[in-house]
Amino acid sequence: MKEYQTITEISGPLVFAEVDESIGYDEIVEIETADGDTLRGQVLESSDGLVAIQVFEGTSGIDRNASVRFTGETLKMPVTEDLLGRVLDGSGNPIDGGPDIVPDERHDIVGEAINPVSREYPEEFIQTGVSAIDGMNTLVRGQKLPIFSASGLPHSDLALQIARQATVPEEDEAGEESEFAVVFGAMGITQEEANEFMADFERTGALERSVVFMNLADDPAVERTVTPRMALTTAEYLAFEKGYHVLTILTDMTNYCEALREIGAAREEVPGRRGYPGYMYTDLAQLYERAGRIDGKEGSVTQIPILTMPGEDTTHPIPDLTGYITEGQIVMDRDLDSKGLQPPVNVLPSLSRLMDDGIGEGLTREDHGDLKDQLFAAYAEGEDLRDLVNIVGREALSETDNKYLDFADRFEAEFANQGYETNRDIDETLDIGWELISMLPKTELNRIGEDLIEEYYVEDTGADAAGSAEAPADD
Amino acid sequence: MSQATDVAAEERGQIESVSGPVVTAVDLDARMNDVVYVGDEGLMGEVIEIEGNVTTVQVYEETSGVGPGEPVVNTGEPLTVDLGPGMLDSIYDGVQRPLDVLEEKMGSAFLDRGVDAPGIDMDKEWLFEPEVEAGDAVEPGDIVGNVPETQTIDHKVMVPPDYEGGVVESVETGEFTVQDPVVSLENGEEIQMHQEWPVREARPVQEKQTPTEPLISGQRILDGLFPLAKGGTAAIPGPFGSGKTVTQQSLAKFADADIVVYIGCGERGNEMTEVIEDFPDLPDPQTGNPLMERTTLIANTSNMPVAARESCVYTGITIGEFYRDMGYDVALMADSTSRWAEAMREISSRLEEMPGEEGYPAYLAARLSQFYERAGYFENVNGSEGSISVIGAVSPPGGDFSEPVTQNTLRIVKTFWALDADLAERRHFPAINWDDSYSLYRDQLDEWFEENVSADWPERRQWAVDILDEEGELQEIVQLVGEDALPDDQRLTLEVARYIREGWLQQNAFIEVDQYCPPEKTFKMLGAIKKFDDEAFEALEAGVPIDEITSIDAAPKLNRIATTPDDEVDEHVAELKAEIETQLRELY
Repeated sequence: MKEYQTITEISGPLVFAEVDESIGYDEIVEIETADGDTLRGQVLESSDGLVAIQVFEGTSGIDRNASVRFTGETLKMPVTEDLLGRVLDGSGNPIDGGPDIVPDERHDIVGEAINPVSREYPEEFIQTGVSAIDGMNTLVRGQKLPIFSASGLPHSDLALQIARQATVPEEDEAGEESEFAVVFGAMGITQEEANEFMADFERTGALERSVVFMNLADDPAVERTVTPRMALTTAEYLAFEKGYHVLTILTDMTNYCEALREIGAAREEVPGRRGYPGYMYTDLAQLYERAGRIDGKEGSVTQIPILTMPGEDTTHPIPDLTGYITEGQIVMDRDLDSKGLQPPVNVLPSLSRLMDDGIGEGLTREDHGDLKDQLFAAYAEGEDLRDLVNIVGREALSETDNKYLDFADRFEAEFANQGYETNRDIDETLDIGWELISMLPKTELNRIGEDLIEEYYVEDTGADAAGSAEAPADD
Repeated sequence: MSQATDVAAEERGQIESVSGPVVTAVDLDARMNDVVYVGDEGLMGEVIEIEGNVTTVQVYEETSGVGPGEPVVNTGEPLTVDLGPGMLDSIYDGVQRPLDVLEEKMGSAFLDRGVDAPGIDMDKEWLFEPEVEAGDAVEPGDIVGNVPETQTIDHKVMVPPDYEGGVVESVETGEFTVQDPVVSLENGEEIQMHQEWPVREARPVQEKQTPTEPLISGQRILDGLFPLAKGGTAAIPGPFGSGKTVTQQSLAKFADADIVVYIGCGERGNEMTEVIEDFPDLPDPQTGNPLMERTTLIANTSNMPVAARESCVYTGITIGEFYRDMGYDVALMADSTSRWAEAMREISSRLEEMPGEEGYPAYLAARLSQFYERAGYFENVNGSEGSISVIGAVSPPGGDFSEPVTQNTLRIVKTFWALDADLAERRHFPAINWDDSYSLYRDQLDEWFEENVSADWPERRQWAVDILDEEGELQEIVQLVGEDALPDDQRLTLEVARYIREGWLQQNAFIEVDQYCPPEKTFKMLGAIKKFDDEAFEALEAGVPIDEITSIDAAPKLNRIATTPDDEVDEHVAELKAEIETQLRELY
């Protein structure tokens, strides 16, 4: 391996060096500083005689005399089943004091696109035990369903609840032992948040079936562009070679995108919207698309990326591009949070695109689809009326409108609000839905088939509901 | 990409620099848009810029590990597609490599690089039935024979447009591969089932005509309010989650086109898988044969190489044009054109071109209009008539329609189906906003609807539009004072509008009887609501209180006509109308 001491320019996270051989794009580089530290980086641009290197750990300590070594290979993740139970840093080195990792294989972290022909369409219902998700925005195996949150909202609690409770009920009944694993990729989260996650993993014993990657807030930003790729490479290995059903939680994607922007700026690229690079869609897609099932393979990769929306604005490039790639989103809402809802999921802007194929007879229950449509419509109606009530008061509204208002209140208080420790099975979720929707007269239920109304409508709630509907005082 | 012609390594150069999908080479003698093979692995690319001795290439595959000094080989040919029997029932990537063949060749579920395959199977034998005899004179574009490509579609073998044509010398009958000559001309030209055509060039036509026939979609809001013509262009812009893909897929399933080309351009892998799994099982509404027999899929998902995303729309429309030349009506769905535009932007910024609006290249509008202009109702070179209808989804950032891709698209297309996040949130699907959408084909298609559905079609549609408009205005007042403050006649209008919205405009793609609504049913359903409107206003004038009018037993049934099977609609609507009449007249 040839060594160079030819650094010509150091700028932000980038180092430029002159070379006299052919250096491959994306190749891994080691830079040894005067202090004897070895930093790792990656070739971003390679032209005849000059390469641009992005240094993962940051460029501090590098001077023009530092020596540069090109390893001749792209970045690889050492993978093995023994990774389960381990805690690694953002570049994949163990930080839990455990033994060195002896890899079975070393996989390129960029990953290759799954051939659409080889994919299997995801339609196995995952029961998360959270009504707002199971009932209204159902998650299925192989889906990528992000949580759109904002600073100060309890997205971590929800993510942990899902990681803890997620099961596939059909398999439980059949007695099949489904091997379940969690890959957790943290990017730029604070030490405190990291501690919360770790404490929960340890408390519930989840750690032994988890692989944790930690890039903390004070770790180099550039490393964040590598962490999710490491995590997903591990997830793919566990899923498609070892047959695990892997739930991958990536938090916080916003920090990842900030790192992309930082590198883009350092390279003096033409910026796209709000300074983020023009290729951010492609870049994010290369992460999110690494979820799914493959025909003939046992395992699956399900992704729950978490992102905090700057300014709670869904049109900000990060949530916007994410929404265009992922198969729906779960949206956390500050108003609902201040009402004390646990979890504060706003079902209206939330969506699961793969839901309709994962629910219904034989999967969840025959009434699920219709009931969900009706709950959505009724809650949306109730929400609209709330604005009106502020102007004209409840008395000016018709009896039916008042029922919609009561419905919306109870929907939040009883359906969405369940606490982080409550694990509801799908029947329970749907039964609560029926109890609530039955507050409305049957004639209003135009989304539900008549035979289903016949079977499930709860006859007497309509009458006494009016009295008990004062529960969530929102004014 | 075509591999039929052997690449005679014409020219070689060396890589000078690599930056993502953009590679520059020196000492390469190449023309613009020539296809080149890059690096030791032979990755496919296309020349996009030439400056002095430096040639810039966009590479259709991942470039990790590729370095300066590696060779670049020019094929001397522009990016072409293989045209011939076998394109239907196929699924391609953005440069027409069949994905199932790639899976086999790579032996893995993941897409490796440096593997190439011809767009159609060169060794498969097809039954050729000639339509010409020795001694006949043929011209470029003329049909010389038939190949039963699928149960649904007869593939016509044509004289390639770049041939001279002349007198037929000999004709073969029987089973041949696509490369065997099946017709020989006296001037020495040999006609095979296989042709090649450069994707960035439109195939020649005789004349573009004004479209007068609708492309029936089976979606009430589209056929009823905003119809698209065969040979027309439409855009579906909408924020994420508003149902672009579901709408596109419904069109691909139910539109009454002969051939469907579905381009998944930079979209989700699982969505393409859904299409791949569903279409072979779904029956074609016109023939009952599997849908795939009339469909070609192009899947370039968001994580597949960005340069191939740029080319996939051209690959798709060139295949469409080939079937149009045979006299078929082709419907092409591009989901999503924004991803295509972004691919242009990405390549452009790597070339360090001066950006236009929002970083898009200045030639964005020109490229979009070139693409949409390839749609139309044509008289073909061989005298037959065929059409290509193009339906492009647009994914505006943040759902903001003022961004460049949406705006430039709207300047070209004549039908605009605006998807609306509010409607989607309340699960009103298809979430097409009736105030913002429009179709400029409406008037020229009226004649067809009058002849084939009902003479009252334009009038009844206008009635529905008026009610919806009025509702829009009234809703603004309702937002301020509440519905109860309105006079009774206006409240009744709101009620009628509600039936139009919930019973007629909404359509459930997941219920079998409601997925496809024939135009007759669309018309009749609206008739039932109109009947209620007429009778209700008469009752109101006769002094019946509005609450009694709206609570008749028959009224909620207006919301359920959609779930009546097509063959029972006549009877059901007639009964319902009678019920409405009796129940309302009983009140006064």
